[in-house]
Parts: sequence; structure tokens; C-alpha cells
Amino acid sequence: MIRKQGCSLRKRICGFGLVLVGIIGLASWFGDACSDDTEMILATSTSTENSGLLAVLVPLFEDQSGYSVKVIAVGSGAAMKMGERGDADVLLVHSPAAETAFIEAGFGIERTPVMFNDFVIVGPPADPAAIKGAPNVTAALSKIHDARAAFISRGDESGTHKRELILWEDVRQDVDFTGDWYAETGQGMGATLTIAAATDAYTLTDRGTWLAVSDRNEQSINFEGGDELLNEYHVIVVAPERHNRLNVEAARSFRGFLIAPKTQEIISTFGREEYGQSMFTAYAE
Amino acid sequence: MDLIFDGLSEAWRLLVTGDSDVYGITFRTVVITGASTLIALAIGLPVGLGLALVRFPGQRGLVALANAGTGTPPVVAGLVVAILLWRSGPLGGLGLIYTPAAMVIAQALIATPIITAITAAAVMALPPTLHLQIRAMGANQRQYLWLITREARLPLLVAVMAGFGAVVSEVGASMMVGGNLSGETRVLTTAAVLEVSKGNFGTALALGFVLLAFIVVIAGLLTAVQQRARRQ
Repeated sequence: MIRKQGCSLRKRICGFGLVLVGIIGLASWFGDACSDDTEMILATSTSTENSGLLAVLVPLFEDQSGYSVKVIAVGSGAAMKMGERGDADVLLVHSPAAETAFIEAGFGIERTPVMFNDFVIVGPPADPAAIKGAPNVTAALSKIHDARAAFISRGDESGTHKRELILWEDVRQDVDFTGDWYAETGQGMGATLTIAAATDAYTLTDRGTWLAVSDRNEQSINFEGGDELLNEYHVIVVAPERHNRLNVEAARSFRGFLIAPKTQEIISTFGREEYGQSMFTAYAE
Repeated sequence: MDLIFDGLSEAWRLLVTGDSDVYGITFRTVVITGASTLIALAIGLPVGLGLALVRFPGQRGLVALANAGTGTPPVVAGLVVAILLWRSGPLGGLGLIYTPAAMVIAQALIATPIITAITAAAVMALPPTLHLQIRAMGANQRQYLWLITREARLPLLVAVMAGFGAVVSEVGASMMVGGNLSGETRVLTTAAVLEVSKGNFGTALALGFVLLAFIVVIAGLLTAVQQRARRQ
């Protein structure tokens, strides 16, 4: 066995701790001193990534601007949380009420509409709750609720989840979300659509992800239409006052890129060839 | 069943036609998991030796800690590293979040306790008389440690394999600190998760098969080294 020799172990551990703290401090200072201002973090909903739109737009922006973009697709709620902490430079989100609150709290600036599509209720083609032809979305959800037909929710504070909860509020105040008929996945739109298809359940989805992901043999759009289902995407520049590591110039440049006529045209035609219809409509149109 | 065959043929197609995306992702997986396993070995081996050989107060507690650490959930390791590396975190200025380096740090955090615990257990399992024999032969400190490590080489290879296995298969930490950025931090596991979320199960399965093939190759290499060491 090795015997202790020299200074005591406690002293050594203390010394080691001090060195570690020193290294972390130095690294932190060093990092700030040489921060990289060609890099930009975009936090966004899963729908923009699952639909494939960002895979087209982001490389274009990188080529034009010289910035390199890190796309973090986490859902609108989580994206805004990242913005609050200054962990993202720019947001592309679709959760209007939460966005307004975000702007009012001073976390974001220059909120600008980029594009829209619509939410649809998809489910088994056999339509067990008979929601096809319902006069409006409230009536359609009422039927699902009253029939106790299986419904899968995102349950992840995303834009789609928030909208779903608002729609349920119009149905009735005391929807029993604890029942067997209702389940939350806590996952992105693509995964949720897959689970809904596998369990013959209804779910609320944006049209873009539905077109890109779903297996249209096992699911169909059972309800669509109406102002309540409008799905708007906004770009928000994270407010630079609170955080010192933001790349606000890159964020502004990305905002400008998204609403430029050329980009808006790309957005409006995206997916038309592959799916026979556009996934998004640009605001410029 | 069809899906499994689809996945296999898709995997074959991706590999044979030299799909540059898949090669890039596989190469990145090799580099990141290799680096994190080596770092974990560089820390875990000496710490494991120390835990087994040096007597000090709190030794048992530390061994228990290392043993418990073998079960570190990747998502917890990822969260801890993310909180440090996020821009809002204490090391945010380094700009390491969403880079391969961040993934290496998080994965090393996962693998280090595993390598430490197995190393410590392997050295503790050596016959007590061995220490006396080595000392009696007049070995100095460095020779002593070298001989002990040599004696424990078979279980030490298991330690490396276990550490590597943990990081190559984890997805939670890589996703959280890497961000699954295409061409930068996308590795086989996170790519498979993405394809699943897009409903492309064939491609996801293909990536899974590539990952399995990679693990089999590494395990085969380590086993060959181990068996050669055994014959010596």
C-alpha cells in the first residue's frame, strides 16, 4: 500500500479545488475576450424543422450573410425560455399569446410576421367521433370530448399545445384531461403524429408537419378551416439590453432575410412540388 | 417485419453508395465518442487506482460515489454541462454550447465514473500478496503502479468497453449540449432520433444498424487485444 507522505490530503484537495475554480474563472474571462460574432443561435418550434423549411432557408442565409446559424428546434415555449435567458439570438415561433407576453416583458423586440398556415385536426380515417363536417372547431372538439374518443396532446408548452388548450377552453371549462381518452406525449409534432397514428387517436397539428411527416394511409384530416385555426409564425429578435453575449446584428439580419421578397417567395412555394400544396403562406403575398 | 428489411437494405444502400451524410455522421460519432472515452480513461484510470490503493478517510464513500456514478443518467449529465455552457451559464463566454467539444465534455462526465469504478474494483480484486511481492522485488513507485495496472489489464479493457458503450449509445446528453446540428453535432444516435420524429423509420433503423456495426467492430478490436493480453 502507498503511504501518505508530504502535505495532508485535505490540503491537496483544497488546492485542487482552488486550481479548478481558477481555471473556470480564466476560461470564462478568456471566452468573453474572444467571443465569436459570426455565430448566431436560432431557437424555433419543431414544426419549422420537421417540415424541412429551415433546411432550405438557413443555408441560403448563411451564404448571403456569412453568419453561421445554429438551429435549436425545441418548441415555441422552450424557444422563448431560451430567449429570456439570452441563450438564443433570434426566435421563429408560433404562440401568439405567449409572444405578446414575451415582448411586453421586454425580452424581445422587432416581432415581425413571417408566414402562416393552419392547424388541422387529424385522426383515424374512419372518424369514430364523427367530426367531419362539424360547423366549427369547437363543435368538432366537443364531439371528440363527448365521445371520449382518443386524443393525443403535445403536452410540451409548444405553440401547438398552447393553441390546443385555448381551443379546449372554448369547448367547456372543465374538460377532464385526466381521463383515459386524453394523453400527452411531451414530444415534438412529428413524434406526436406518429403516436396518434399508431393509437388511432385524434391530434391537433400544423399543416406543414402533417404534410411532411404523416402516414396518410393511417390518418386523415378530419377537420379543417376557421379563423380559430390560423397558425402564424413570427420572428423575434431577443432584446440585447439584458444580455451581453447576444449577436443582435446577426439576429436583425436574419429577421430582414426572412421578410425579404425573395425569401418570402421561397417560403410560399416550399413543398408545392413534393406535396402538391404549399406548407406555408408568406405574409408578403 | 417489412420495416426491418427496409431498414437493413437502406443501411446497406447508405453504406455502399457512400451517402456522404451518413459517412460524416459516422465519422463524427467515432471522433466524439473516441475522444470522450480517452478523456474518461485518462481521469478514471488514475482515480480508480488511487481509490483502490491509497488509504484515506472517506475512501469508502468515494468508491460508493463512483459506483453510483456508473448509473448517471445521460440527460442529467447533459443538463449539468448545458447549464454551465449555456450563454447564460458561468462558462457561456467560451461559446462551447452546441459544439462537438461540449458533447465530449458531457460524454466524458458519463464515462468517467464507469471507468473509475471498474478500475477500482479490478485493482481491489488483485490478490493482497501481489503488492508485497512487487515491493519485495524492489520496485519503485512508478514500477509498482505499472505492474499493478498490467496485472489488472483484462478487467481494465472491460472498463474501457463499458465507458465507450455508455457514450456511444447515449442520446440525451448529446441532444442537449450538441443540439443535433446537421454537419456539426449530429451523431448516429441523435440522427436516428430525428429520423424517428420525422416518421422515416427505415432511415432511422438504417442508422441504428450502422451504429450497431460500429459497436461490433470496436468490441471486436478490444476483445482481440484482451485475448492477446490473456495469452501472454
